Amino acid sequence: MTLSTPSNLADTQEHLRWQRYFGFSTDHKVIGLQYLVCGFLFYFIGGALAGALRTELLTPISDFMPREVYNEVLTMHGTIMIFLWIVPVVNGAFGNYLIPFYVGARDMAYPRLNAVAFWMIPPAGLLLISSYFLGGASQSGWTAYPPLSLSTAATGQVIWILSVLLLGGSSIFGAINFVATVLKMRRPGLKMMQLPMYCWAMLGTSILVLLSTPVLAGTLVLLSFDIVAHTGFFNPAMGGNAVVYQHLFWFYSHPAVYIMVLPAFGLVSEILPVHARKPLFGYTTMVYSIMAIVFLGLIVWAHHMFTSGTPPWMRLFFTIATSFIAVPTGIKFFNWLATLWGGSISLNTAVMFSCGFIVNFVFGGITGVALAQVPFDIHVHDTYFVVGHFHYIVYGGTVFVIFASMYHWYPKVVGRMLNEPLGQLHFWLTFIGLNLCFAPQHWLGLNGMPRRVAEYDPQFQFINQLSSAGALLMAVSTLPFLINVIWSAYRGAVAGDNPWNALTPEWLTSSPPPEHNWHGEAPLVHEPYGYGLKSPAAS
Amino acid sequence: MTTSLPSPSSGPVASEHSAAESTEHHPDHRLFGLATFLVADGMTFAGFFAAYLTFRAVNPLPEGAVYELELLLPSINTLLLLVSSFTFHRAGSALKRDDRPLCRRWLLVTAILGLSFLAAQLKEYFSLPFGLTDNLYGSTFYAITGFHGLHVTLGSLMILIIWWQSREGGRVSSQNRFPLEATELYWHFVDGVWVVLYGILYLL
Amino acid sequence: MGTLQLTPRIITLFIGIALVLVGLWVGQNVNLLPVDASVNAPLYDQLFKVLFSIGTTLFIGIVGMVVYSLMRFRRRSGTVTEGAAVEGNLPLEILWTAIPAVVVLFVGIYSFDIYDRMGGMVPMHDHSMAGMETMHEPEASGPGQKTWAGISSVSVEGQPPVAAVPIEVTAMQFAFIFRYPEADIISGELHVPAGQPVSLRMTANDVIHAFWVPEFRLKQDIIPGQPTLLSFTATRPGSYPIVCAELCGAYHGGMRSTVIVEPPEEFANWVAKNSPVKATPASATLIS
Ligand code: HEA
Ligand code: HEA
Ligand code: CUA
Ligand SMILES: [Cu+2]
Repeated sequence: MTLSTPSNLADTQEHLRWQRYFGFSTDHKVIGLQYLVCGFLFYFIGGALAGALRTELLTPISDFMPREVYNEVLTMHGTIMIFLWIVPVVNGAFGNYLIPFYVGARDMAYPRLNAVAFWMIPPAGLLLISSYFLGGASQSGWTAYPPLSLSTAATGQVIWILSVLLLGGSSIFGAINFVATVLKMRRPGLKMMQLPMYCWAMLGTSILVLLSTPVLAGTLVLLSFDIVAHTGFFNPAMGGNAVVYQHLFWFYSHPAVYIMVLPAFGLVSEILPVHARKPLFGYTTMVYSIMAIVFLGLIVWAHHMFTSGTPPWMRLFFTIATSFIAVPTGIKFFNWLATLWGGSISLNTAVMFSCGFIVNFVFGGITGVALAQVPFDIHVHDTYFVVGHFHYIVYGGTVFVIFASMYHWYPKVVGRMLNEPLGQLHFWLTFIGLNLCFAPQHWLGLNGMPRRVAEYDPQFQFINQLSSAGALLMAVSTLPFLINVIWSAYRGAVAGDNPWNALTPEWLTSSPPPEHNWHGEAPLVHEPYGYGLKSPAAS
Repeated sequence: MTTSLPSPSSGPVASEHSAAESTEHHPDHRLFGLATFLVADGMTFAGFFAAYLTFRAVNPLPEGAVYELELLLPSINTLLLLVSSFTFHRAGSALKRDDRPLCRRWLLVTAILGLSFLAAQLKEYFSLPFGLTDNLYGSTFYAITGFHGLHVTLGSLMILIIWWQSREGGRVSSQNRFPLEATELYWHFVDGVWVVLYGILYLL
Repeated sequence: MGTLQLTPRIITLFIGIALVLVGLWVGQNVNLLPVDASVNAPLYDQLFKVLFSIGTTLFIGIVGMVVYSLMRFRRRSGTVTEGAAVEGNLPLEILWTAIPAVVVLFVGIYSFDIYDRMGGMVPMHDHSMAGMETMHEPEASGPGQKTWAGISSVSVEGQPPVAAVPIEVTAMQFAFIFRYPEADIISGELHVPAGQPVSLRMTANDVIHAFWVPEFRLKQDIIPGQPTLLSFTATRPGSYPIVCAELCGAYHGGMRSTVIVEPPEEFANWVAKNSPVKATPASATLIS
């Protein structure tokens, strides 16, 4: 191992030229980084919009922006955060970068399709944002329930639909690639049950994408017919049925929450064993629980519709099915705890963010199980309790894992280490900000504050201000992170090929990796988690 | 650890340009990819069917609205498509045996069957007592059959393209059967969807 | 051996018991909900306490494990040690599959018992509307049309069933309108008698709205084209906000009304004062 200079920064410079990142590259590593940077740009836009929401909510009256604009901002915030930040980054960015290494391939199964999938995203994002300037963005929330979405500004709504269709298509193309790469591109001699856990997570996620995203696409096409061609699928005024839209929408959008979190589960499973110097606990049950989550995830959608006029038997079924997701999810959490237990844990930023993820997600998961109970949900549905629930999970869960992964894989991608003290500062600011922002929202919901409102009762003002302060802290926490990422690219300590002494295959090549991933044959890693006081068995 | 080994042969520039390069290293997985895509495509139809069945279960036909379907033409259409699946299969086996002229003849028959299906579908559209925006069932009927019709149109076009490419000196040959096999898989899928569609929309 | 040996197993057991006790204590003593003003609100609060106790126990337990592991098994800087190569433990894994499964099953069944007692599982017979068609001209989406879902009225435990006061609710951008068909009153505020079941039959004119009274712990969407039903019995006189909980357009946040819960006599007075229909048998039944 060379320690003096990043091993081949010099001879790989050719393929790291910055221009490549703006072109139609078919290299999975380039595409992965394109997804990542693009995702972060949209994250800052989505975050700025959240900032606008929290500013409006500083006072009980609607004074910061007009009410229509508030609805536009909240729709854009939700849509951008989900479809342009979480989903592309946690699937597209890390999936593309890591999966070929993990299966011992030189690229994804369909490199050109891969590039096409990425290049659908920036136009879709720009299209979405352009609707602000073309007569106003969509105002009907990220759920776009008709008949409201049929009666608000039509241009904005149609653009929203087009953009989401593009993003869905991108997501489907990506999923085809992941399934084929994991199932078909494995290096000879590598068995499924020897794959790093992230491969399984992406396989499960891709199955969900393939089965559910097309339904959303079809539904949105019908919705656009209702707007443009004046059909009446979801328009009660024309004999249509608005609740059917909700079923179809949530048939995608519940699985979508696992599309947002399963890859994060996979990434945490990669990070913890390395830094705890222990094998991943319970590999086999981890695999089964991923598949169980995939299956259950497909049959629980109506828990978003408990107050929508669903018949009692349906409520019964969906409560029980939803609650049971806690079982496979719990298995994964206990396995991570057992991976930490008795380890030799290095308390670096990657581990801090991973453990922050565990803490936040358990909180959000428990409120989720509460929400799954019909009688409980009837009171808090469409209130800030729900907003609190899902931000704990999407931000405290998935976004935390994205940050953990940044600290873990940055040395591999860039060849230099991120700065630790800045990382710790970033973690603590984010962790405190998150809890300050979203914990009080549960109280708001229980006590009578609905979501998606620009004005509220004066007695809620103080708690709302607390929440806004937390949001500010989260925004501030982005600063040390950004400084760190940019500064370390030039000044960071040189990482060497394998600074963590890890066993998964991406660490067994140089940092940054060469054009075709390996200098020669791909290594055959039978035990990606062979840490601990037994001799590691990588060959 | 392994840093001293030389990079693989092709330089960075070469790989950017040769598209086939990346499939050189490993077996051809394109059909697998197509099959995966068809699963997703099938889910779109499944969503439509589910919507239709739910409408049927809970939404009465609005007062005064008509939703009547004749059975004769669609039944003939079902037959057309089923036969076309068979003829396409014959074309495929002919190509495998390197009997190109026979393959092309079967392809042409298949394309004609596909196009007749489309013609018959259009004829049905014009003879129906309801329009796209008349009522919920009309809208759903046109949306589903229209979406399927788009698939048939695309398939027929692809068949004609393959027919053209399988001429002497064309791209499609017994050595390069992928375009034909991919279209065949797709065509069988479109037929399968029609059978379900026929059952749900016409027979139920 | 008479002395109690503090094996890890016994310590774990003690910690577990302590956690459950803490959870129970927190669940019983932390009050995060507004006052309860309907028959089913105490039921809800009971469920809330149970969920809160379970949640607290689990949360503290897991966070405790994380924090303890990070402190206890932290690598001293400089040392490069490895952990133990433990890859799994079948009994443990079975245990932590079984415990959540049992907990979740219990919670599911328990919450359904609550839901049933709230009237959620009672079939939608909508009888409160049955006799009315003869009295009033049914409107476009008036009585007689299918009711889609919601919560039916149940009788208060230990009391004979009482007929529910029927009220028609119309929601539109951005207001609620309440109509008392038997007394022929139209009102922007909802007046209900304390202690008597009320049955709201709700229709929407334009987009989806939702009827929510936090103090009643009840919410039901109001869906155009699909009338829904919501029954409840208010208990605590006072006035409480009615909140529209479904995004319905620009003024969604301002779509509010008030429900006024009055003792039966006051309610009867209000009806008498506002009703154009004087002393018909129908309005008399309201007061009984
Ligand atoms: C990544 C995203 C994500 C994830 C993973 C989840 C996970 C879960 N969600 Fe959440 N949810 C959302 C994102 C997510 N959710 C969003 C965005 C919304 C709002 C959408 C909108 O309306 O805009 C929402 C809304 C939402 C609702 C509807 C609320 C309403 O509108 O009224 C419900 C109801 O059932 C629910 C339930 C659950 C459950 C049961 C889980 C479970 O998967 C959680 C399981 C995890 C655990 C339970 C923790 C770990 C387990 C253990 C430690 C074992 C022991 C535990 C027990 C025995 C309880 N969610
Ligand atoms: C999936 C991911 C995701 C993420 C990461 C977030 C992140 C955040 N969200 Fe969001 N949110 C949603 C998904 C997400 N949200 C969804 C789906 C909805 C529902 C929408 C709907 O109802 O239709 C929603 C709704 C929602 C609401 C409810 C609005 C309402 O109902 O009226 C609120 C209110 O507080 C909120 C706040 C925040 C905040 C403060 C953050 C913070 O964590 C963000 C912190 C990050 C930053 C601030 C970025 C840093 C940016 C910079 C450094 C640039 C400069 C910044 C400024 C000028 C401020 N969100
Ligand atoms: Cu009506 Cu919100
Ligand atoms: Cu869900």
